[in-house]
Amino acid sequence: MSTILSEGRSVELDDVQGLVRFAYKHLTEACFLLLRVQDAAAARAWLAQVPITNAIKAALPETALHVAFTSEGLRALEVTCDLREGFSVEFVAGMASDTARARRLGDVGANDPGKWKWGAGERVPHVAVLLYAKPGRLAAWEREIEAQYAAGFVCIERLSTSDKLREEPFGFADGISQPEVDWERKRPVRDQDQLEYNNLSCLGEFLLGYPNEYGLYTPRPLLVPQRDPDALLPRAEDAPEQSDLGRNGCYLVMRQLRQDVQGFWRELDRQAQGNAHLRERLAAAMVGRTKNGDPLVAPGEVNNFTYQADPQGLRCPLGAHIRRANPRNADLPRGARGILSRLWRMLGFNATALERDLVASTRFHRLLRRGRKYDAAPALSATEESTSADTGLHFICLVANIKRQFEFVQSAWMMGSKFAGLTGESDPLLGHRLPDPGDSPTDGFSIPQADSPDRRLTELPQFVTVLGGAYFFLPGIHALRYLATAHSKGS
Amino acid sequence: MLVAQVTPGGECGLRKLLATMNSKPGMADPANPVLPFGQFERLHFARLAVLDDPTLGDIEAHGVPRPRLPVYLTFVGSCDGPAGECIADLVQRSGTGLRQIFMHCDGFDAQGDLLTWMQAHQRQLAANYINWVGRTVRQIKEESALRRALAAKVPRAPLASAAQAQQLRRELINFVDAEVSAGRLGLTPPEPTPLRWQIAKFLHLVAIPLAGLILLPFLIILLPLLIFILRTKENSDAEICPPPDRAVLLELQHLEDYDVTNQYTAIGSVKPGVFRRWLVTVLLVLIDYTCRHIFTRGFLARVQTIHFAFWAFLDEKRRLVFMSNYDGGHEAYMDDFINKVAWGLNLAFSHGVGWPHTRWLLARGARIENKFKHYQRRHQLPTQVWYRAYTGLTLVDLKRNHRIREGLELASVTDAQAQAWLRLL
Repeated sequence: MSTILSEGRSVELDDVQGLVRFAYKHLTEACFLLLRVQDAAAARAWLAQVPITNAIKAALPETALHVAFTSEGLRALEVTCDLREGFSVEFVAGMASDTARARRLGDVGANDPGKWKWGAGERVPHVAVLLYAKPGRLAAWEREIEAQYAAGFVCIERLSTSDKLREEPFGFADGISQPEVDWERKRPVRDQDQLEYNNLSCLGEFLLGYPNEYGLYTPRPLLVPQRDPDALLPRAEDAPEQSDLGRNGCYLVMRQLRQDVQGFWRELDRQAQGNAHLRERLAAAMVGRTKNGDPLVAPGEVNNFTYQADPQGLRCPLGAHIRRANPRNADLPRGARGILSRLWRMLGFNATALERDLVASTRFHRLLRRGRKYDAAPALSATEESTSADTGLHFICLVANIKRQFEFVQSAWMMGSKFAGLTGESDPLLGHRLPDPGDSPTDGFSIPQADSPDRRLTELPQFVTVLGGAYFFLPGIHALRYLATAHSKGS
Repeated sequence: MLVAQVTPGGECGLRKLLATMNSKPGMADPANPVLPFGQFERLHFARLAVLDDPTLGDIEAHGVPRPRLPVYLTFVGSCDGPAGECIADLVQRSGTGLRQIFMHCDGFDAQGDLLTWMQAHQRQLAANYINWVGRTVRQIKEESALRRALAAKVPRAPLASAAQAQQLRRELINFVDAEVSAGRLGLTPPEPTPLRWQIAKFLHLVAIPLAGLILLPFLIILLPLLIFILRTKENSDAEICPPPDRAVLLELQHLEDYDVTNQYTAIGSVKPGVFRRWLVTVLLVLIDYTCRHIFTRGFLARVQTIHFAFWAFLDEKRRLVFMSNYDGGHEAYMDDFINKVAWGLNLAFSHGVGWPHTRWLLARGARIENKFKHYQRRHQLPTQVWYRAYTGLTLVDLKRNHRIREGLELASVTDAQAQAWLRLL
């Protein structure tokens, strides 16, 4: 018993929902069903036996199904209060719960949750059912699933997706940068500064119940075994006398982002004054990659690069989308070898290191992205009329700590108008463009040029609008079954 | 820093009055009639906070009964020049408003002399950090206007040669000269530091190491014992880090992120016993010393986002209050602390009741992410009124703006310097 429960036991892949491990590139059809509970007993009955796809690689499935809950959903399913309270504050409160969070996330102006299609007030989903299927298989399967859950749930929003997975709607290759998850648990569990950027993330950054980058277990609901008499739940590694409701689960952040494809290219045409070559260059500078996914800072590399050799942003602007989203830096700026040099940098006495230290420790702020785009193909130029008004991305990311990962990246790095010492600009793609306090604008974008003042794009319009969003818990499969039993029930 | 006890029945009225001074939750209206902060040209930051500590009972974990300690009002400002002059200026121009505020405090005599009362309630800070010693509000505002003017003026096409960069710099200097002559820009030369301050600073610079030198032999003799006591306490002191109450957390968050800079006020009890009290006293003297003589130019170790920070003892060193003004959001501030200077946090704060376990005074503690984050939020208090003189400007902005001015005022520069200067615009 004690050996099984000792630290570092291998991951129960048959308990992890497959979405954590796979992006299902071969399952090109997908749709996300946002449900609300109608009849809690019927809903639980369906959840008790719904076929969830696990993370074992054996055979690539023909279809995949995943289920995640919001905290309102857990309440609607009559899950006891103390279990719900064991989750993180952000999850319990919800994405659209208060104006302070909206300010942090940039959900203001046109992004205001009050204007969302779903995710606020009566339109907060209880459960998300994510369906993936091979070409031609989705429709029939969706009908089948629908018939199964209909007694317990009503669907408030069906989010369809496009089957063209490679490019996002603006026309750029997407989904290239992903953290590599340490499924084998190779990373030693200890709290130690990482002096080089590394794409391998501790399992505990993306799955609850495992050590994270600090070598610690993220808080999650733990319960005395008496409350799990059928021993459905795994025991907690860090507290073997308790059952772990979080283990093998994670938080799933979903946001519907409408992309104004025509507006984007029209604006770039304006900025480039009709020069097609310049237009492409400006767009690539905003993204940080060319359309085919080549990173500006290291052409030819796909995901194996840092910005170390480009501190001024001459090759890739400091504020480029991919540089904000993943600055790829270590815990301490580089310097000479030796303990004295390190001490000097730790105390802030190395001026060059200090200048490069405005953004640090990327490894605590990684997101595992699982989004899918929806609707029409990208309009290639302003003259080409696109008939579809609603094109965009169903952004999905998986994290173990909503605040330190998703909310941090969204607020400090994407929306932050002072990211990396910049001023007057937020993310060139995602920015809401509303002025900062003191009326300083955030609608600019600066492109550093060697030995000259920055080139500056000004008065950029908003290209991306938030239409909905919610924080979900994507449980381990045993935890999901447990949540469907009567043992989790109570007021 | 002014600290005064709130009268038993006065807290409610005081909170109501403070709320009237704001234009947004917690954000002072610079022109509010009670205390129009914006009129005081030398004031960087100011805050009024009710110090009502909800964690007083934590000390029971050390076997000490929950003390009955008063609720205080604190009024803190960061201003250019001697504090005495700033207070006198406040009294002179906003005496009525100040009386309205302080009438909620114990022992305030509405007929008495306001200045005397305020001076009597001044507290010495245990440690004081200033991001850039000597940088005045006037300088900040002038340099910000300078950058805006230059940024709008500079042509942004790539420059063909270094000669062109030199030429462009000369043109911009002429432009600034013309703007200054026309009164549209100001570049007031810095005032020299008063001789009295320089002498005091020098004496402080020498006195502390001297005192250290005198104490050193005793310290060496006692060191094994002190280390033994420290390690024993580090292993046995109670950790009290439950998640903060959700409603309280939300209340704190409702006061944040209206500007690129935020405020932080926190309070806690010092662990009981002579050892911790002495240790924290000595460490704060050392922190104050490094802040005064070493970390005076834009960084506190690796942290470059703190404008001003203060530590002060309350109630005969039984409690410690900490306040800061920092750039960015709260989560980013705390992550910066954990990832860059956790050792510094442990030095300064691990003497507080309930702090996550440290090792050898520097390790663990704040690195225990969730415990630390819970701890700091649980000890945070709402800052009822917060004022800052330069909205929308971070310390990186202030530093860059100053470098722009420095580059402008150099008589001649190399080609590389001219190009680097233009890159700042």
